[in-house]
Amino acid sequence: MHRRRFLTAAVAAGLCNAPVQARQKLEPGMMAPAFSRTGFDGKPVELAAFKGKVVLLDFWASWCAPCVIAIPHFRDWQARLRGRGFQVIGISMDDSTTEAKAAAARLGVNYTIVMGDAKLALAYGGILGLPVEMLVSKDGRILSIWRGETPPALIEKAVRAALG
Amino acid sequence: MIRLPALSLMTALLFAGPAMAATDIIPASALIQPAQLAGELKAKPPTILQVGFSKLYQQAHIPGAIYAGPTNSETGLAALKAEAEKLPRDATIVIYCGCCPWNRCPNMDAAYTTLKAMGFSKLQALYIADNFGQDWVDKGYPVVMGQ
Repeated sequence: MHRRRFLTAAVAAGLCNAPVQARQKLEPGMMAPAFSRTGFDGKPVELAAFKGKVVLLDFWASWCAPCVIAIPHFRDWQARLRGRGFQVIGISMDDSTTEAKAAAARLGVNYTIVMGDAKLALAYGGILGLPVEMLVSKDGRILSIWRGETPPALIEKAVRAALG
Repeated sequence: MIRLPALSLMTALLFAGPAMAATDIIPASALIQPAQLAGELKAKPPTILQVGFSKLYQQAHIPGAIYAGPTNSETGLAALKAEAEKLPRDATIVIYCGCCPWNRCPNMDAAYTTLKAMGFSKLQALYIADNFGQDWVDKGYPVVMGQ
């Protein structure tokens, strides 16, 4: 789980210009790498804009069974905990944006989703298998990293603890 | 504590789509373990085909591996066939994915079945129990990053 270490927020700020081969180490306590994407709804999505909220980053794909099974949980938490300052951001590792969007629609996703790529994945320590979940604190630090199929109750407990 | 309603779970599984078959048709005799393949890389590397998603390959892959996927899609299967057509039928081929746990992989069965149907007799499947990161990269086996 908690195995990757990210360098610094300064490095993160330069993410968009980083070479693909720059695999950053990422570990709880370090700043979550900044990113700027366009959401499936067409609106810009910047991680920095969520400062003050507890953010759950969900690296997923439409063909990933454990990922898909977890989505109803995230959807539920988004609905129940949004008012307390919680936000899920799905980062699709699908090759096809069309398929990712179709899956999100089928699954009734009610939170922000963006497309990921190798550069972003490497900045987050490498997404070398799915799913991967990362919990980000209100001040933008990585609180927890879960790689692989994880009991939702474990993630929910950490989410609620972060919300205070 | 919030529990997942049974209906939501069923819905998720229903909407998961047809490409989520578990890897249950590859015989144990066709499996090769990561440590064994890593050893073979030093001596006489086989032809290695990565049949998973491209963003995984772009992040990290086994040296010399050719991207030929994802084989849970028609496009990916066509890519696999195109690469395989270049190879003699008696070539030693290792396919691998590592996108997710072995029994959840949507790509390996299709890739194995396709190559078998094409007549490849020396076909092996790299057994990646959890994912490529944990079972290959983190073990310190040879890897090409970010290409």
